[in-house]
Amino acid sequence: MVDAVIGPEPVPPAEVAEVELYHPHSWITRYVFSQDAKVIAIQYSLTAMAIGLVALVLSWLMRWQLAFPGTLSFIDPSQYLQYITMHGMIMVVYLLTALFLGGFGNYLIPLMLGARDMAFPYLNMLSYWIYLLAVLVLVSSFFVPGGPTGAGWTLYPPQAILQGTPGYEMGIILMLTSLIIFIIGFTMGGLNYVVTVLQGRARGMTLMRMPLTVWGIFTATVLALLAFPALFVGAVMMLFDRVLGTSFFMPSLVSMGEQLQYGGGSPILFQHLFWFFGHPEVYIVALPAFGIVSDLISTHARRNIFGYRMMVWAIVAIGVLSFVVWAHHMYVSGMNPWFGFFFATTTLIIAIPTAIKVYNWVLTLWRGDIHLTIPMLFALAFIVTFVNGGLTGLFLGNVVVDVPLSDTMFVVAHFHMVMGVAPIFVIFGALYHWYPKVTGRMLNEGLGQLHFWITFLGAYAIFFPMHYLGLLGVPRRYHEMGSTSFVPESAQSLNVFITVAALIVGAVQLVFLFNLIWSLRYGRESGGNPWRATTLEWQTPETPPPHGNWGKELPVVYRWAYDYNVPGAKEDFLPQNRPPETSPA
Amino acid sequence: MPIALALVLIAVGSTLFHTLSPWWWTPIASNWGYIDNTLIITFWITGTAFVAVVLFMAYCVYRFRHGGPEQPHYEPENKRLEWTLTIATAIGVAAMLAPGLFVWHQFVTVPDEATDVEIVARQWSWSFRLPGKDGRLGTSDVRNISAENPLGLNPRDPLGQDDVVIETGDLHLQIDKPVKILLRSTDVLHNFYVPEFRGKMDMVPGSVTYFWLTPTRTGTFDILCAELCGVGHPQMRGAVVVADEAAYQTWLGEQRTFAELSGMTKIMKANFMPAEK
Repeated sequence: MVDAVIGPEPVPPAEVAEVELYHPHSWITRYVFSQDAKVIAIQYSLTAMAIGLVALVLSWLMRWQLAFPGTLSFIDPSQYLQYITMHGMIMVVYLLTALFLGGFGNYLIPLMLGARDMAFPYLNMLSYWIYLLAVLVLVSSFFVPGGPTGAGWTLYPPQAILQGTPGYEMGIILMLTSLIIFIIGFTMGGLNYVVTVLQGRARGMTLMRMPLTVWGIFTATVLALLAFPALFVGAVMMLFDRVLGTSFFMPSLVSMGEQLQYGGGSPILFQHLFWFFGHPEVYIVALPAFGIVSDLISTHARRNIFGYRMMVWAIVAIGVLSFVVWAHHMYVSGMNPWFGFFFATTTLIIAIPTAIKVYNWVLTLWRGDIHLTIPMLFALAFIVTFVNGGLTGLFLGNVVVDVPLSDTMFVVAHFHMVMGVAPIFVIFGALYHWYPKVTGRMLNEGLGQLHFWITFLGAYAIFFPMHYLGLLGVPRRYHEMGSTSFVPESAQSLNVFITVAALIVGAVQLVFLFNLIWSLRYGRESGGNPWRATTLEWQTPETPPPHGNWGKELPVVYRWAYDYNVPGAKEDFLPQNRPPETSPA
Repeated sequence: MPIALALVLIAVGSTLFHTLSPWWWTPIASNWGYIDNTLIITFWITGTAFVAVVLFMAYCVYRFRHGGPEQPHYEPENKRLEWTLTIATAIGVAAMLAPGLFVWHQFVTVPDEATDVEIVARQWSWSFRLPGKDGRLGTSDVRNISAENPLGLNPRDPLGQDDVVIETGDLHLQIDKPVKILLRSTDVLHNFYVPEFRGKMDMVPGSVTYFWLTPTRTGTFDILCAELCGVGHPQMRGAVVVADEAAYQTWLGEQRTFAELSGMTKIMKANFMPAEK
């Protein structure tokens, strides 16, 4: 059975040595309007990190307001709502989705599969520039009258487009427009990733030999292609409600004492559309992280990933199930409460394939040869925070337990832990891991240790205690608690603690940024395969790989991606393109 | 091995924080103690899983460290182990889901003897309506809303004339009497949230949502809005007073019906406003 996955089998030599590629002729076509997936990946990553920094600063301002209300005079209730909205949307869509799929997807899919480039390089280039446009439209909302929308990242109507909500004048229009543009750009990139995975693999690279990184990114892309259209139509319909006066989501209502002309629409319809996108979105972020972290753990623990086939099927099962759990975000939305039975059951079932993944990561560590490199440390931190956030998901998924916790800080703590902190740890681990391939130099180890320890312990100190504020009953999206009979004074000291931790963790990210820039010039030279890894991207003839990746000969794949410490082998790893020593007859 | 230590610290520290920290839910004031129990079961199961996984990781990181005593072992799969863990997980999940769904069934099944109480939200205040002697609420529509009729009751509906309308003021409930909370919003989404009741539900303009509860403890409790409703969201406060029967009846006797209130507005208009054409 196992041999079917890893065993050597005869592979015919490549028949086409060099595929005709468009080769750039000028600096502009090489580095700006580039069709090289690797350059596009870097463009995506830098843009995502730049906009992510904006979201990071917004989180500082929010945390400052919560700990020391009123001390920064420019933060008023409207500003606070604008911060939470922009922070959430930027982090989820413009940073995490773009970085995992546009960044890591573009860089790793062709290299890991032994392809020269994406299937449609021109479309790929277009995808990035449209993404950049979406980011610029989003940023422009900071500079229009009324500022960006403050409707919360979920943008629930009717309030999103009515007065009483900041940014209802222009901000919401720009937000919806930006999302529409983003989805158009993403669809171009996404189709590309899917076609490349299905059609562009090197000889011998069967689907069941693909590294889990590719499985994660591939499945996430399929999810995104199916889920984003729901957000797309939701955004278009709300834009019509706001601009043309249609009533898709608007019942008849009285706003600020005035009878409006709307009537007959359904606010809950928007929530269904939003979460039909929004829940798969969690896995659009999580599945690439699952895949990447599997490869980090296997490589740095010098051990085969445990239960590869189970891991693949778990990714696929999670992907499928993620489309039938969306209304667990809506248990107290006023939808028919009988839906709760169905969605609680599907939601808790999804815990099983997810738990299998956790067991297999931990069992990969078990009986390994663990090198505590920075990528490995971040992978361990990922498991801790992901398990923590996943388990609190069992509270919120179990319909009746969700009722008291819904819309409280417990939810904020949960989703930050599970889809904020955990995937970002994977991003950090992955950047430390692949930086040498991208630049030819290692990131500085000492700065990396500093970055890791403060980020890991600090992020846990921010979000673990935050659950208990929610348990206490503190609602989310309050810029200050005000006086209540049930929140004790001491809760404010917890808020101060969380804020101090958040400011420190935020500041240490600047150390990481410095490391990224400094090591470009002064980092230790890495050579082509500093981690002695098996996957194809480490076997390129040149590092960083040039346009076309492979020189004259495409690689041929003979084995799965996890041949570490194979009994009888001379070295502790066997690259995927290493032919078997004794060829079977 | 700082990382192994850090992992142990996280497992132990989280457990200590959970047991020793002063931050815990507010004492319950409704019949939904079952929800608290399900939460406790969930804490035990998930807490055990968390501590087990993190401590096992710490053990692995220490025992199988590079340069340590153990040799790495090549083992792509272990069907028996994988299936054992899968089944154990499924059992743990079922142990949380089953009581959860059992309690949810109670939560969505409103008892026949529950009396209606209507809560109306608008940016950013709460109003309340109780059925009059007929025990039934009259119909309402957002299009009826005016300065004199802020809840939009149907002035031609005889059932609504004796409804008790509390426009500013606290909601009073009688202890140990189940109530069906009918929720209505006239503008945007809101959420009726009383932490001590544990129940919570969004209020959606254009429809009437509901849940039910039985107050079990007298006292005055905060009403908060738990669904983002614009800049005034955190300030949207009210109070619900749970009282014994005598105090409740006294309070009820002091309240005005819809007919009385609209009559009063007519009298006020006649006395103080210029005559209408």
